[in-house]
Amino acid sequence: MSQETVTADATDGESSTSDLRDAIGGKRILLYAVLALIAVYFLVPLEAGLVTSFKTNEAVINTAPYLPPGPDGFTLQNWAEALDTLSSGLVNSLVMTIPATVLGALFGSLAAYGLTQISWKGQIPIFALFVAGVFIPYQAVLVPLSQFWSMIPLETALSPLWALPLLEPYHADLIELIVTHTSYGIPISTVLFRGYYMGLSDEMVEAARLDGAGVFEIYRRIVLPLSGPMFAVVLIYQFTQIWNELLFALILVGGTGPSAPVTLSLVGLGTSLEGVDFGLRMAGAFLTALPTLLVFIIFGDQFAQGVAGRT
Amino acid sequence: MPSPDRTDVGRSIRSRLSDLRTRLVGDTGDDESPVRTDGGATVSRGSAGTGLSDRLRSPRNSRFVGSLPFWLPPFLLMGLFVYGAIGWNFLISLTDMEGFGDPDYSTLDFQQYAELFGSEAFINAARNTFVLLIAFTVLCLVLGLVLAILLDRTLRLQNTFRLVYLLPFSLSFVVTAQLWAWMYDIDNGIINSVLSLGGLSPDWIGNPQLVLGAVIFALVWQFSGYAMVVFLAGLQAIPDEHFEAARIDGASTIKMYWRVIIPQLRGSVISALVVLMIGALKAFDFLYALFGQYRPAAGADILATLMVREAYSNQHWAYGSAIAIVLYVLALLVVIPYLYSQYRRGAL
Repeated sequence: MSQETVTADATDGESSTSDLRDAIGGKRILLYAVLALIAVYFLVPLEAGLVTSFKTNEAVINTAPYLPPGPDGFTLQNWAEALDTLSSGLVNSLVMTIPATVLGALFGSLAAYGLTQISWKGQIPIFALFVAGVFIPYQAVLVPLSQFWSMIPLETALSPLWALPLLEPYHADLIELIVTHTSYGIPISTVLFRGYYMGLSDEMVEAARLDGAGVFEIYRRIVLPLSGPMFAVVLIYQFTQIWNELLFALILVGGTGPSAPVTLSLVGLGTSLEGVDFGLRMAGAFLTALPTLLVFIIFGDQFAQGVAGRT
Repeated sequence: MPSPDRTDVGRSIRSRLSDLRTRLVGDTGDDESPVRTDGGATVSRGSAGTGLSDRLRSPRNSRFVGSLPFWLPPFLLMGLFVYGAIGWNFLISLTDMEGFGDPDYSTLDFQQYAELFGSEAFINAARNTFVLLIAFTVLCLVLGLVLAILLDRTLRLQNTFRLVYLLPFSLSFVVTAQLWAWMYDIDNGIINSVLSLGGLSPDWIGNPQLVLGAVIFALVWQFSGYAMVVFLAGLQAIPDEHFEAARIDGASTIKMYWRVIIPQLRGSVISALVVLMIGALKAFDFLYALFGQYRPAAGADILATLMVREAYSNQHWAYGSAIAIVLYVLALLVVIPYLYSQYRRGAL
């Protein structure tokens, strides 16, 4: 039967997906046709954006938006201009996102470990505060946040740092953003890690404890090495969240100063009194999206499997 | 040092632990300091003598203290930025802070809230917020579930389709807004270039009747893939026997999913909702980027955009803070039942 041949060389499916489920209904061609049609819905905005980013202004208006440009309508000008305008934003975003992602994940892992180790009733309300922190509308903290950072003279306090190579006074803004994003990343990473740690087998930890290992040793030698899959999920999730964020950057940096992350620089790109330059906008959008798209293309399977392990 | 290990664990773990132990000589102080076991000893004096040595071995109090360095610093950092800031925000909302200068905390009242609930702009934004939240989450869950069921029944290309559906989730709201501004463009966008074949060319962004629907459609495009991943994981955790049993009973495919399979996905719905809610709360980013300014087109104003506009464009800080508190209360209406259900399930 044809099902047999399918399962024989199936390398793409999950181990839990059985031959049986694939056979249900049996109308496999229809199934794949529907899946492909839905894939079109997910891909069209990306495809249209990509082809438009390579078109001259005339071609943007005169050719169908989903068709690639003809030989006379093709240009790399949009990408060159977008890269020129956004390059400092891309660097700022990278400088801000990487430390905030790593610190947030580390704090989350530590907090989750601490909260699985206590055999004490008080941990439930404390953990509940972390969970509730996940659902904070950023608007609810915005005015105090801008008041807080305007009260702290970070730029003057850190002035000796600006004498070092590669550091500029405007990096103070990025430090503000790193601290801010780290703090607001703690709740979600704590929740993700704790769910994972609750599922870990107690035996090894208990045995190490009876052997006299301290909490730090247990964390470093047993829990941390087992945290790999969850670190993958949290790092991917936090990297995309922080890289993609706009509101904090808008409020704490404002306008398009030298410390603006790339999302902030992208907002006004290609807009002028004469109208919108969609070719330039699309090139800018793809440059902005490139790091997170790459992360998902490379680590997407790991992310999906990590999410699977959690539910 | 005799081994106190009484558990029946495998030889490999034992050897690993003895290796661990050699490194740990003299390093057990942080777990069993005499100062803290003191308190434990006095309490256990009343009970029989067996309690004392057990207590000294794994004292609950010292475990609590030992765990403090792990969770307390992140807790304080989060506490300051989340709960400290919300408290401060509430305080500001009771003042009448406006324009430049510091808030005056000497006269506090609920005047901003009174103004708020009498304002047409606020009522309108609140209504749009509800429509957006409900339509967005329901559509994402339904589309995600359908996609997951279809994908669960494939063997080939499953990971490829999953990646394609998940790709939009990796994008920034700012990027999504650019892509969909182009999709919805009135003259040259894809949607109208297809619709114009039928003689239609609606102004998706400019028409107040259409704009909210257009925004929701774009947000669903971005987030339904994530719901799909969560549901797919939930489906794959259901044992094959459940499918088989329903088959043998002669249930149709639709009945089988509706009666047997979908009811088992409650956990997946909740964990998908968490991320969908976080996404919906950030819809400001999408609207700001789509319109390039604090004020979205008529018909698309939500509480999130109203709050930022009042505070940062009009410098009505106290008024904006009051809107923010309303938003937070709305979020609590979701959080509290969620926390309660997690608590009941023993997941806290």
